Amino acid sequence: MSTPPGSVPGDTGSSGRTEPAPPKQESGGWTGAVAGWLERRLPIGKLLPTRQPYYIGSWVYVFGVVTIAALIWVVLSGVVLTFFGPQWWHVSSIGHFINSLHFWSVQLFFIFMVLHLWGQYWAAGWRDGRAPTWMVGVVIFLISIVTAFTGYISQQNLDAQWIAVNAKDAINSVGVGAFFNPLNFGQMYGLHVMLLPIAITLLVVLHVVQVRMRGVVAPLGAADAHLPDGVREARPS
Amino acid sequence: MSWLRPARGPDPNSFRTIRYDLLKELTVALGVVSVLVLILAGALSSPDVKPDTIQRWAQDDPVDFVTTATGELAGSSVSAQYGPPYNSGSGSVQSLGPLHPQEWAGVHQHVDSVNQFVLDPLNKAAASNATLTSALATFAAAKADQQTSWLDAYTAALANATAQDGAVVVPAGDYGPVDPMMKALLAVARSGGLDGLLLSGGGTFYQTDYTSPLLFLGDGGHLSGLAKDQMLFGNQWGVMNETGRYPGQAWLWLYTLWYQIPPYNTASNADLLVVLTMGVLSLALLLVPFIPGLRDIPRWIPIHRLIWRRFYAEERARRR
Amino acid sequence: MDAPAPYFHWGFIEISLPNLVVIGVMLLLFVLALVLPFPGHADGNARDRDRQ
Repeated sequence: MSTPPGSVPGDTGSSGRTEPAPPKQESGGWTGAVAGWLERRLPIGKLLPTRQPYYIGSWVYVFGVVTIAALIWVVLSGVVLTFFGPQWWHVSSIGHFINSLHFWSVQLFFIFMVLHLWGQYWAAGWRDGRAPTWMVGVVIFLISIVTAFTGYISQQNLDAQWIAVNAKDAINSVGVGAFFNPLNFGQMYGLHVMLLPIAITLLVVLHVVQVRMRGVVAPLGAADAHLPDGVREARPS
Repeated sequence: MSWLRPARGPDPNSFRTIRYDLLKELTVALGVVSVLVLILAGALSSPDVKPDTIQRWAQDDPVDFVTTATGELAGSSVSAQYGPPYNSGSGSVQSLGPLHPQEWAGVHQHVDSVNQFVLDPLNKAAASNATLTSALATFAAAKADQQTSWLDAYTAALANATAQDGAVVVPAGDYGPVDPMMKALLAVARSGGLDGLLLSGGGTFYQTDYTSPLLFLGDGGHLSGLAKDQMLFGNQWGVMNETGRYPGQAWLWLYTLWYQIPPYNTASNADLLVVLTMGVLSLALLLVPFIPGLRDIPRWIPIHRLIWRRFYAEERARRR
Repeated sequence: MDAPAPYFHWGFIEISLPNLVVIGVMLLLFVLALVLPFPGHADGNARDRDRQ
């Protein structure tokens, strides 16, 4: 038998069980339109490719994924801290260790994110329709800074007091202090553990999907592989 | 083809491909970062310098405490005169030409230093204290300019005050009921009662808003003294720093750099200027792909020739 | 680790040793990423080269 049992719709195979045929896919309607768009723009082979263009062989390309790895640690350690409450790490040595994990993973997150930004800048990674990818990345960077700020203010120690008392002046000077009060622990903590991490996570997912949809940008000055040697496009991007 | 939309480069799919396992890469990255985080956390721990309290302030530096409290009662402290979002003062309001965002935003966290920081806590403390009740009644009954005259005299006297056995001793003078009031407030603060009273000032049981105690603490010199010891002051590039030997927020280097140089370092609206500057620069970073010059620097300074050197070498070999 | 950190002054710049170390490590990592060879399919194996 050349085909495994059950792989052909309606084929009972040796066990007697039938694999039902999937329902016919409609292209109309909202669901059909979205499904069709995904099939065209982000088929599973693009979301999870097993091959990459050969020019990605550089260590500069690992900074993005290492940033994500650091973010995973930031979130996991943050979840544990949130579970036991904002006082826990001051009174428990295990709590202090989890806080240390959070502290250092945040340091690594910013280190690798900035290295990733440097790498993408010098590679002009925004080329060929990838400007939105770059822009989402910058927004993630800026929101991360605000998230870190609310985190430092939520520490409930001397550093948190001083940062709050001083930052309020800059925040008040632009009118933002009317609705964003660094002296209000409840507000800062709530933003830090829920709203801002949700925003970062959604944007990082979007960022990765953008990269997968467009693929890794070609090297600067690369000629189209299909063009005859020596022919370059009119103005390299 | 305009300057806004340069010609497209080649499609990545048109190149030779190699096998590359993205999920394995993520797993390896996770492994490496896990080792790093666990070692750093285990070996170096994390900073946690205890917060300052009004109690500690009143015990360590009673003269500074009483001086600050007198300023709150007189309405001359930084918080009392601050302006939006706390009150209608103007002492800390910043503007730039026609831009008055701080005033436009208005008052939203009402702070009344006279009552919140001094009179309300004292009225509560007077519950079992006949002397204090009488002093408070005298103060409340006096006309505004009489109160001002007492407070001005007391403020001047505090410049020569000394601390003795936890009490503040001022030279003799006509301060009306102000001296017993301040002595009582100091006693409440030294006992630890004022920290709680300022936090739950409105009579609320549950509270997570520390605006009152933090503004009061910030008006004094004790908190800032502790911060200076930890190199957290603005002119110490404190925005970037962490307590102890820990790395701070190195990513804020450019934000704090402006505060150190002219014209920012002498401007009364330095905060507004810096935030606007960083706003413009952040916008520029966001829009790099569209800014001629800024988006061409990677071409002019060819660091990319290192990133893709194998690719360029293969291309050269292929064309020979 | 709670003892005060050493600080360095250059003109108007004042930076702590830990922060300097972080920035130094970042620059080092970036330079290393540029110059160190990436392992694996160095020139592509023959099977991959013929496959698109």
